[in-house]
Amino acid sequence: MNNRVKELRKGKGLTQEDLAEIIGVSRQTVNAIEKQKFDPSLNTAFKMAKLFELPIESIFLSED
Amino acid sequence: MKKERKKKITQLALWTWTWVATLALATFGPEFIWAADSPLTLISIVVNFINGALMIWANRNLYNHYDELERKIHLEAMAFTLGVAVIVGLTYSLLDQKNIIETDAEIGFLVGIIGITYGVAMGINTKRYS
Repeated sequence: MNNRVKELRKGKGLTQEDLAEIIGVSRQTVNAIEKQKFDPSLNTAFKMAKLFELPIESIFLSED
Repeated sequence: MKKERKKKITQLALWTWTWVATLALATFGPEFIWAADSPLTLISIVVNFINGALMIWANRNLYNHYDELERKIHLEAMAFTLGVAVIVGLTYSLLDQKNIIETDAEIGFLVGIIGITYGVAMGINTKRYS
């Protein structure tokens, strides 16, 4: 699944480590999500949506 | 999160090392420290078993602390290791039963295979998601 996590994180001036700490996952997980090697759980997606103040579908983009 | 992780890893390391130590004691104690028919033999085996249960509990605690990607990596490695252990274990046992191999099948061989497979699967999976 495509996503805008890297762009949004940088827009907020956060490092991967910062974002990981805020949403309660490891830095490796943030890295894997940004590289689109791993799709996060709904819970993590909601935490990102809250942090970036955007709806989930604006962050995670369907490939269809 | 990091502090909690460190605590759980320390707990697992502690129970793993004491399990190895009590296993060595239960294995070599009757041979070198006390008489084989001594009650200490059974006591050392029971202590080792309880220690093993605590090691499993510590491992479960650490697993529950992992995040979603770490769980996926470990779960895939465990699934692969389980499959390899069953297939290799049964093949090894058959080779022994049919006298195709000269030595008796040893459980230590299977434990070694499990350890190596899990380590390799973890390495590959970690690289896949990094």
